[in-house]
Amino acid sequence: MKHHRVLRVISKLLIPFILLYALYVQFHGDFGPGGGFQAGVIFASAFILYELIFGLENARRILPARLLELLMALGVLLYAGTGIASLLLGGNYLDYSVLGATAAGGQHLGILIVELGVGITVAATMITIFFTFAGRER
Amino acid sequence: MIVALVDIVLLILMAATAIAILRLRNLFAVAMLSGFYSFLAASMFVVLDAVDVAFTEAAVGAGISTVLILAVLALTRNREKIPLRTPLLPLLVVVITGVVLLLATPEMPPFGDPQSPANRHVAPEYLADTVPQYRADNPVAVGVPNIVTTVLASYRGYDTLGEVTVIFTAGVAILMLIGGRRRKHSAAPKDDVDAA
Repeated sequence: MKHHRVLRVISKLLIPFILLYALYVQFHGDFGPGGGFQAGVIFASAFILYELIFGLENARRILPARLLELLMALGVLLYAGTGIASLLLGGNYLDYSVLGATAAGGQHLGILIVELGVGITVAATMITIFFTFAGRER
Repeated sequence: MIVALVDIVLLILMAATAIAILRLRNLFAVAMLSGFYSFLAASMFVVLDAVDVAFTEAAVGAGISTVLILAVLALTRNREKIPLRTPLLPLLVVVITGVVLLLATPEMPPFGDPQSPANRHVAPEYLADTVPQYRADNPVAVGVPNIVTTVLASYRGYDTLGEVTVIFTAGVAILMLIGGRRRKHSAAPKDDVDAA
């Protein structure tokens, strides 16, 4: 679809806003609806839109397969690692209260990190699945 | 009154979409309609005040899974085969399940009932630890305004860790099944030719 000028221009205009909205949903999940899962999906949709308009080759140049694989694992590790950190600080597994100076502060921090992990894994996985299907010949 | 009206309209649209999905053989139309169905479900969740669920349904059900189904459709035929047998047994199963569900529905507690078992088990504790206004003498343990996020990420952190692992596993499975690492297979016959 690279030759459709309207699609090209409009998608280029839209993609930054989609990414920004995904970040808003990610980091505002404590206060409003949303969280890592939704943010990851929205983040992925920006790259899927890019792939649809500009082709897999260009999309792969921004997000190589190797990087996506690393990010997929990084999110889960971030989540599980937060649990390990709370174990090392003397709490139960995934008990974030020990992470901060106060229990509420620790919970805030823990939830933020864990949601970030969810977002990274979901975004990387969705992009990977789509790119894998798109890169397969009929 | 208005809520009931919106409910009825949404449910009728959902039923109509489901019937259309059943009857259509063009899989492209089916993919688009299932996205529409998810969007209606998301609207339904908004009416039920479950905005987080609605958000997920709209983003995942109506958004990304429709796109993924379309990506798969690009690889396969886009017309469904006409089934050879009449699906009598599935119809029977569906009818029996439907009757059982309808019979069980009046036994359910009313929607949003604070005295229902689900709302009296751990929910008051979660609210007390999360919302400052809920219990004045309580030093708030979590203090994150969106209780859904608190429950998902903190109280039910194990569940969410499991869910993330499931998604990770799905990604790994897709990569292993149809990921591009096929160099060995394509190289093997060449080597055979060279050896011969």
